[in-house]
Amino acid sequence: MAVKKFMYVNRKAPYGTVYALESLEVVLIGAAFDQDVSLAFIGDGVYELTKGQNTEAIGQKNFSPTYAALGDYDVTKIYVEKESLEERGLTLDDLQHLIWEDEDDDWAERDSIRLVSRAELADVMAEQEIILSF
Amino acid sequence: MKISIQVNEGPYQHQSSDTAYQFTKAAIAAGHEIFRVFFYHDGVNNATKLAVPPQDDRHIPKLWSELATENNLDMVVCIAAAQRRGMMDVDEAKRQGFEDNNLIEGFRISGLGQLIEAGVESDRLVVFGA
Repeated sequence: MAVKKFMYVNRKAPYGTVYALESLEVVLIGAAFDQDVSLAFIGDGVYELTKGQNTEAIGQKNFSPTYAALGDYDVTKIYVEKESLEERGLTLDDLQHLIWEDEDDDWAERDSIRLVSRAELADVMAEQEIILSF
Repeated sequence: MKISIQVNEGPYQHQSSDTAYQFTKAAIAAGHEIFRVFFYHDGVNNATKLAVPPQDDRHIPKLWSELATENNLDMVVCIAAAQRRGMMDVDEAKRQGFEDNNLIEGFRISGLGQLIEAGVESDRLVVFGA
C-alpha cells in the first residue's frame, strides 16, 4: 500500500460532542496502515490535550489518557497551534507531556508536541495529501 | 479522477449529507470514479431504512440507496460509530441477538480501515460535515 501524508485536524473540545473521541478512534485504527501521520490541534481542539481531565460529574468516560499512548502507535508528530492556546489562556504546561521513544537512538524519549504558529501550521497543512478534520 | 467521500453528519439535522449526495451525483455525472462513500459519526444514520420523512420532503436514506444501486457504489458505514448509534445489518443484528436490522439497501457495515484505504487509494478524499 502506498504511503501518504495524513493529517488529522482536531478542532473541538473533548466532551461537548463526540468528534474528539471518534477522531482518536480513526487515528488509532489508521496507525495500523503505516501511513505518514500527523495530528493538529487547533481552536477548542487544544482542550483535548489538557492534563488533569476529570469527567466524573458528566458521566462520560475520560479518554484523555489515550493520547499518551499515541507514541506507542508511532504517532509522533503532534502539532499544537500557539495562537489557539494563547486565545484560551493556556500554555504548554497545561497540556499532557506526550512523548515517543526513538528506536534509532537507544529508545531516547522525544517530545511529540510541536508548538507552531498559525502560519507555520498552514505550511505543514499544505504539505499533506489527506486532511481529515474533526 | 478517483474520488472518495466521507459523510460526517446525519440526515436532516445538517445539510452535509445533502451536499455530499449532490456532490457525489455531480462527480459521477462528470465522469469521475467514486471509489467509496464512507459514513462516520452521526453520518451512519443516513443508512437507516426506518426513516419516514413527510411526503413533500426528500427521503435522504432512500436517495443514497438509489444512487448506490444505480451506480454500483461502495457505501460503507463505520461499524464502531454504527454500534453506538444502533445501526445494524443482518449479520450484526444476529450477532448481537436483535430480531431486526435497519440498514437500507446499498450500504454495508465495515471498519475504519476502509476510510484509511479510501484515502490511500483515491486521488481525492472529500469530507462533508463536522
